[in-house]
Amino acid sequence: MAIAMTLLTLVALPFVAALAIALLQDAPRAVHSAIAAGASAGGLLLLASLTASVIAGDVPSASWSWVPSLGLDLTLMVDPLGLMFAGLILGIGLLVVIFAHFYLYAGEATGRFFASLMLFQGAMLGIVIAGNVLLLLVFWEMTSLASFLLIGFWQHKPEARQGARMALAVTGGGGLALIGGMVLLGIAAGSFDLATILERGDVVKASPLYPVLLGLILLGCFTKSAQFPFHFWLPHAMAAPTPVSAYLHSATMVKAGVFLLARLWPVLAGTDAYTLIVTSVGLTTMIVGAAVALFRHDLKSILAYSTISQLGMLVMLLGFSLEAAALAAVLHILNHAAFKAALFMSAGIVEHETGTRDIRRLGGLAKAMPITAAVATLAAASMAGLPPLGGFISKELMLYETPKLALLGVPWLLPVLATLGAAFSVGYSLRLAVHLFFGSPREAEPFARAHDPGIGMWAAPAFLTVLAVLLGLIPMLLAGPLVGAVTAAVTGAPAPEFDLALWHGVNLALILSMVAVAAGVLLLWQHKRLLGLWESAALPDAKRMFEATFAFADTWVRKAIVATHTPSLQRMLLASFAVIILLIVDGMQAGGAFTGTRALLPASAPAIIAWALLIAATAAVVNDSRNRLRVLIYVSVIGLVISLAFVQFSAPDLALTQISVEVVTILLLLLALNLLPKEPPLLSSASRKWRDGALAITGGVLIGGIAWAMLTRDPGPSIAAYHLANSKSGGGGTNVVNVILVDFRAFDTFGEIIVLGIAGLGIFALLDTTARGAAGARLRGWREDMPHSPERHPMMLVAASRIILPLTLTVGIFLFLRGHNQPGGGFIAALVVAIAFLVQYLAAGFDWSDARKRFGEHQLIGWGILAAMATGLGSFIFGAPFLTSTFDYFSLPLIGKFELASAMAFDTGVFLTVFGAVTLALAQLSHIAQRAARAYSARNDAEDAA
Amino acid sequence: MSYEFLVASAIGVLVAGGIFLALRARTFQVVLGLTLFSYAVNLFLFASGRLVIGRPPIWDKAVTEYTDPLPQALVLTAIVITFGMTAFVVILALRSFLETGSDHVDGDTVPCDAQDGSADGEDTRL
Repeated sequence: MAIAMTLLTLVALPFVAALAIALLQDAPRAVHSAIAAGASAGGLLLLASLTASVIAGDVPSASWSWVPSLGLDLTLMVDPLGLMFAGLILGIGLLVVIFAHFYLYAGEATGRFFASLMLFQGAMLGIVIAGNVLLLLVFWEMTSLASFLLIGFWQHKPEARQGARMALAVTGGGGLALIGGMVLLGIAAGSFDLATILERGDVVKASPLYPVLLGLILLGCFTKSAQFPFHFWLPHAMAAPTPVSAYLHSATMVKAGVFLLARLWPVLAGTDAYTLIVTSVGLTTMIVGAAVALFRHDLKSILAYSTISQLGMLVMLLGFSLEAAALAAVLHILNHAAFKAALFMSAGIVEHETGTRDIRRLGGLAKAMPITAAVATLAAASMAGLPPLGGFISKELMLYETPKLALLGVPWLLPVLATLGAAFSVGYSLRLAVHLFFGSPREAEPFARAHDPGIGMWAAPAFLTVLAVLLGLIPMLLAGPLVGAVTAAVTGAPAPEFDLALWHGVNLALILSMVAVAAGVLLLWQHKRLLGLWESAALPDAKRMFEATFAFADTWVRKAIVATHTPSLQRMLLASFAVIILLIVDGMQAGGAFTGTRALLPASAPAIIAWALLIAATAAVVNDSRNRLRVLIYVSVIGLVISLAFVQFSAPDLALTQISVEVVTILLLLLALNLLPKEPPLLSSASRKWRDGALAITGGVLIGGIAWAMLTRDPGPSIAAYHLANSKSGGGGTNVVNVILVDFRAFDTFGEIIVLGIAGLGIFALLDTTARGAAGARLRGWREDMPHSPERHPMMLVAASRIILPLTLTVGIFLFLRGHNQPGGGFIAALVVAIAFLVQYLAAGFDWSDARKRFGEHQLIGWGILAAMATGLGSFIFGAPFLTSTFDYFSLPLIGKFELASAMAFDTGVFLTVFGAVTLALAQLSHIAQRAARAYSARNDAEDAA
Repeated sequence: MSYEFLVASAIGVLVAGGIFLALRARTFQVVLGLTLFSYAVNLFLFASGRLVIGRPPIWDKAVTEYTDPLPQALVLTAIVITFGMTAFVVILALRSFLETGSDHVDGDTVPCDAQDGSADGEDTRL
């Protein structure tokens, strides 16, 4: 249990810190960095408490079920590999936080910076201690997002935005491939649990899915770890502030791909395909990256390409599928993290103190900033692989392994190419140190400004450089047990015998290493001439290619969308209706009798007359749709006939609802029509009408036919019996329809009132902004185009409406109260009460009514939904599920026995929301209509005066 | 004539009218089409409980036969939602007319301000 809490705290701590920093956005920078540093240090302490047992071979883990149906569990585990990476993430994280505290300039959004940084830390930590591959994917995507935020931190710089987008496109795209690969891996292994998968390497490698999942996972790893040809995003990510580059783009995030290769080593490595692809991709990246780094001039760009090269070396080592090579990779991960983060921070210091990162303008800085020079030169020497530093040992180990693998069947190919890469590495490392710190200054201005920063800034890189040195001097003492345990965790077998030391006697590796150093010195000596050659060669520009690809995809996607989604509602609707009709025709192929066997009900004469009215009114609507005012009368005839049908067919609630909705709808259409053109001049062409008419009649006949086939058959088994039997005893009401609405299916109703509330607010949003822009101008230019009564508010109507108000309100309350047992309820009552108020607007005008209104419709909608929800949540107090209802009988003197049901409270919520939404829509509409009318009459008065 | 025939044919006629109007070019006509279509859909849903006369779903000790209450509950909320949808679409149409000066569904800028009827000669409208 204690272990479970430790692991959970470990992964949650950075997220909590991110949230805290984001909430304290306006606090001074010291608060932000203190929280970030505190969280990182706390995480380190938690990790330290686990270290002894993990090195001893224990794997603390904990698991919580999350989405069992998908195989997604919240499983956390810390094995030696996870421990090492977690240590890097938290340790370098802590140093970067300290560095960033001093690095960021005054006035920068430190809250946003540190919150994003902590978000990244949490995500990265999640990747390395996730014990479930689906969980790992979640964290993996989060690192891409956090990286996007951090690269684009200086939002005002275009290169920051472009760099962020490029990184997201490449790593996010690789993330998609990785999702596919991991899911296939889970399927092939039969589990998404990491520990289980790692034990089933043979099953996975034998699976027919193996080639596909290997390709997809490698794509994810290569994009994340900037392997050729996906390496181009990393140099552009250098638009990020330097602490971010040091943390994400050298020490941690770009190593996520390497981590995953190491993590899945027992499952994926060892096959010919794996060895060939991973080794050659890594080797190519190592050489290309190192060669480009030699000819860059921006300090961070040099470091970015050198990172690409070093990552290539790590990938190559893992690709060998040899245990000793895996050990070399593990050691080099530690070395690289130490010297590269130190170098990035040193580059940040140089830029901070001289104002430039261009190596052609700098030089001789050792005199001006001796501490920085010492730190950076030692780190660069480690990167070059010079003794007695850590980089020397891991490079030796690497070169020692190369002859063991005959790449493409040629035994000498790999040692030669690896030595070439190493030579380039020596070249760019020496150039960095020598051109930057030694010789004489190339330009006076940056040199004159240069000086060492305060200890706050150089402490972190100095600490890392000390580590890089100690990794060379006392490697076994410092890292031996860790490297051994991690290698065992990577390979899934006991670690091979190893001895980390500077001197192993004269062997091939030492000779190759010496050749590389000599060649590197030669490269530095001849740098000017080589640079000339390099710059005269026409090399492809990755950024331009990337953008051309993007533009190409953009153009074609746009074309495809326009081709399939014609920007015409008419054509879309035509296609939709046609497809639906075709589907119905297809469904009819099943056959069966058209008319069922259910006994028919003979129609009465009044019913036939009403039906004829409905048919005639529909025909009139279609025929006369240009005369919009008259059409509204026809529509209300249809609504009336349908209400009567509901009365006839035992649905009193529906009849009440239909008739009141009818009133509200016609009022709304009338108000809208006041502002819309009343008799539009344009009608469709005859041929188009025939086509639409044919389609409409086909649709009508088919749907009518289906209705007939349904109505003439007896219904299948229904749950109606349950509702009827439990309505009174369980729901406390005899109006079964109302009990269904507020009790049996209250959750549906809850959703529906939310939709209605949103519609009301949406209408408000659409209308409230009409005063501005083109709409406002058109509204002010509105003119009366119909004869109006000379009396704007006729006395008779005003007087009658005021008398009716209390009566209608009484009816509404009555309908509401009896709704549980007799036809009525919240919906109907709300509509009736809304009509009572709308009549006031109609009779006395918006201003008069609005001034006397004591409620806000927005609040009504909100309170209604809250009341409904509170009723639902109330049942939790009694341990019952959401929206369980209860009722009881009470008695009062004079009134007698009466019933109170919790469903009534829910119905009150329904009432408030429906009432609020309906009145909001209509009141707002009459408000803008009134505004238009007032502008019109003001203009008329002005014209009369003139 | 049976009630079943009246209801089925009414649904068919409303659907036909709804489809025809929904395919017109003016927003108001499309709104009318949606209204007719909604009537038809609500009637259809209601009819899935079959037509029963004189047996409202109001529970009583003495009554044993009722019509199916479930379609009624569904249709009741459907009617109210239909209002919400109609209102929203009408306001959307109004806003787009105010913004563009045209009430053509595809936003073609044929101004209705110039109400002379000969503003276009394209085959989609006349």
